Amino acid sequence: MTLRAAASNARTSAAPRRRAASRGARLLAMLGLILAPMGALAAADDDPESSAAEHVAPAPPANTVPEMPYAQMASMMDMDDTGRLGRILVDQWEWRDEADRRGSGVWDAEGWYGGDYDKLWVRTEGDWPSAAAAQGRAELLWDRIVTRWWSLQGGARYDFGGGAGKGWAALGVQGLAPYWINVEATVYADDAGSLAARFKAETDLRFTQRLILQPELELNAYSRADRAREQGAGLSDVDAGLRLRYEIRRELAPYLGLAWLRRSGASAQLLRAAGALPDELQWLIGVRFWY
Amino acid sequence: MGINARGGAQPARMCRRQFVQGMAGGTLLLGAGGLFARTAAPGSTPGPMPAPLSGTQFDLSIDELAVNYSGAQRLATAVNGQVPAPLLRWREGDVVTLRVTNRLRVHSSIHWHGMIVPADMDGVPGVSFPGIAPGATFVYRFPVTQHGTYWYHSHSRFQEQTGLYGPLVIEPRGGERHRCERDYTVILSDWSDVDPEHVYATLKRQSDYFNFHQRTVADLHADIARQGAAAAGANWALWARMRMDPTDLLDVSGAVYTYLMNGSTPSANWTALFSRGERVRLRFINGSSMSFFDVRIPGLTMTVIAADGQDVEPVSVDEFRIGTAEVYDVVVAPADDRPYTIFAQAMDRSGYARGTLSPQPGMQAGVPPPDARPLLSLADMGMAMSGMPGPPAMDMAGMAGMEDMEDAPGMPGMSHDAAAAPRSRSHSHYGPGVDMLAANPQLRLHDPGVGLRDNGRRVLTYGDLHTLGGAIDAREPQRDMELHLTGHMQRYLWSFDGRKFSESRPLQFRYGERLRIVLVNDSMMTHPIHLHGMWSEIEGAQGEFQLRKHTVTVQPGQRLSYRVSADALGRWAYHCHLLYHMEAGMFREVVVAREAGAGEP
Repeated sequence: MTLRAAASNARTSAAPRRRAASRGARLLAMLGLILAPMGALAAADDDPESSAAEHVAPAPPANTVPEMPYAQMASMMDMDDTGRLGRILVDQWEWRDEADRRGSGVWDAEGWYGGDYDKLWVRTEGDWPSAAAAQGRAELLWDRIVTRWWSLQGGARYDFGGGAGKGWAALGVQGLAPYWINVEATVYADDAGSLAARFKAETDLRFTQRLILQPELELNAYSRADRAREQGAGLSDVDAGLRLRYEIRRELAPYLGLAWLRRSGASAQLLRAAGALPDELQWLIGVRFWY
Repeated sequence: MGINARGGAQPARMCRRQFVQGMAGGTLLLGAGGLFARTAAPGSTPGPMPAPLSGTQFDLSIDELAVNYSGAQRLATAVNGQVPAPLLRWREGDVVTLRVTNRLRVHSSIHWHGMIVPADMDGVPGVSFPGIAPGATFVYRFPVTQHGTYWYHSHSRFQEQTGLYGPLVIEPRGGERHRCERDYTVILSDWSDVDPEHVYATLKRQSDYFNFHQRTVADLHADIARQGAAAAGANWALWARMRMDPTDLLDVSGAVYTYLMNGSTPSANWTALFSRGERVRLRFINGSSMSFFDVRIPGLTMTVIAADGQDVEPVSVDEFRIGTAEVYDVVVAPADDRPYTIFAQAMDRSGYARGTLSPQPGMQAGVPPPDARPLLSLADMGMAMSGMPGPPAMDMAGMAGMEDMEDAPGMPGMSHDAAAAPRSRSHSHYGPGVDMLAANPQLRLHDPGVGLRDNGRRVLTYGDLHTLGGAIDAREPQRDMELHLTGHMQRYLWSFDGRKFSESRPLQFRYGERLRIVLVNDSMMTHPIHLHGMWSEIEGAQGEFQLRKHTVTVQPGQRLSYRVSADALGRWAYHCHLLYHMEAGMFREVVVAREAGAGEP
């Protein structure tokens, strides 16, 4: 009850007394005017229906925790949103049936470690036709989230197998494009001024909650030919894959698939010269796993 | 857990010896027989629930306890050897003293959820106090100035997930408003055999890991058959373009959770006894870490009499959704001499908690099948707008598909919403940690939420709830504070206004002020938002007082406001009560302080 309402209650209750017109009654009325609002307020306090009257603010704290830097507070709270985590994903660990050879093993894996915005990123892919002849690349990148779907990656790439190793500087983007398409696009430069580019896109199509088809497309291009690695200048190769995996657990999924590998332009000529086919359709079998 | 309130008041104080014996009994029960009872065949009756602790003096001991909910033995975090922690019964007007001893190897804490206590008794490490070190005892002591159903839980890391939660019932000074012959607390929770640290890391590595309800090619095919290729394709494209998943209802699901009712698995079937014609009060507490439950008792109408411990105008419903940390007291009056199933299905229908109201031990009624798996609608994306032509909103380039409009029943208070138009925002404002913004958030106080709309049952909404006694403070708010509930599902980032706790400054409340907090849910998840130390008084469509809560559930695409009286000096926690969201940064510190030079309000 507000003070004003209480006062008006007091006035109405005091009115009949004024009519008595005696000095004492007038005094009583005056007293009533003063006391009635107080009584009304007390009544409001006792009214169990009123939340305002029932609510009791807490006493000030007797002890306070001083303000402290975030790291110290996070440690005391046992709650830290800046914690770092890692993940290793072997997306492809497979054996491909190649037409002209006995087949070869292929891998494509990545790992990261870091916080929500900055991560150390490792990528590697390659193939090993025989145990002694592994050929591929490894990249060590710094990954920084720059927009809500994309991160910027910069670092180094190292090609191994097929002769002497070769180093590149790397700069690229990685992210999730509309329609749930994972994209990696990276350009590379070596100290001799050669340039290279790599583009990879993939998505997941669910047939069931565990049976998932993964289409994938990878393109590589080079500004200069490298005979030792069967790389011609221009668009060097296209690797398109379809992998149907079954997630026994989310972390463990064997798969069957089909890959179409095409060497184009100068790369194709290099291959033909070596007596190999420039494009191939390959069956493959493998397992995808992560932790 | 059963409190038989038959014949009036509970014996108030237990002498210390009785109390210690009671505790030992509980420990033994859980240590030996209790474990077997939990894994017993479906339909068997679990052992008697431990007695509540009542009085003004309490000794609570936090320790590890071996439990077995799924066939595998795991270590839980228990209080006095019990999971859930023992029911505490207090009396309004008493001063309670709780000596809490931590027997874990790590720090611990207990927060009295919904209790108005001095800041240093609130139990949030780093904010209220330094926490309870291993082997140490912290003495909580505060006057109890409210009544109703509340709960308590650890505020340290994932201890709440591993079992440190328990019910709290405070008897009103003037006696209960609703006389009931039976009175039970029903605390719902989610147990995982997997270490919560690993669950959290898994969400960071692959956020849809626990969702086994995702859209498949077969679903698209079914949509084409039902709606035609154009409409189905447009709807699929809308979601795919936004990189949003309409099946993303709960981050952690029944794939890894066993849902518990008073610590009993569905097969162990927690049972509450009644006699025909009795009025039974069920005090539902959502003590889970990450779950929303839709609760109903087939065959019975539930009369909701209190929300978050606050008495409300009684409202009869068939079903209610209870958000994490929310509390609803209901009364049922079973007319028949038969068992009734208390059915609490997870919001994503991936599992359920279940118990039985029964005239005799050992009986059970049928368990209903889970409802169809719901899909988020355009309303949940904050896109429910009434015939707005104009340019497409931020994210939804060229979106059509307004047919989901009817998904948001009622659509009340357009005028109020229009008056309080959202402030200008953009992704550049919030940074890369926010995956979407609600283009046109609505109040939707009468919207029961995804999966409960038009299900043929009478479902409780905030719009149905009116707290008795009005607001605690009649003043108009002196200022507004707008906060957006934001996140990035793919990256599993959660925040207010795009800033994680580590990137934020404390929110400053002036001591004595009345302010309005406006929450806008820009994310696709439903978030239960809990302000410590002060009540959240939700406003209706016209800004009038609607209901008083300690935890406010904000649906995706919803914009709601509540008033707060900053009458509690000190530092307080303010956060999403989904535990992994809080840990990921959906947390703010609130400081209530006197302005320099200002006197008493």
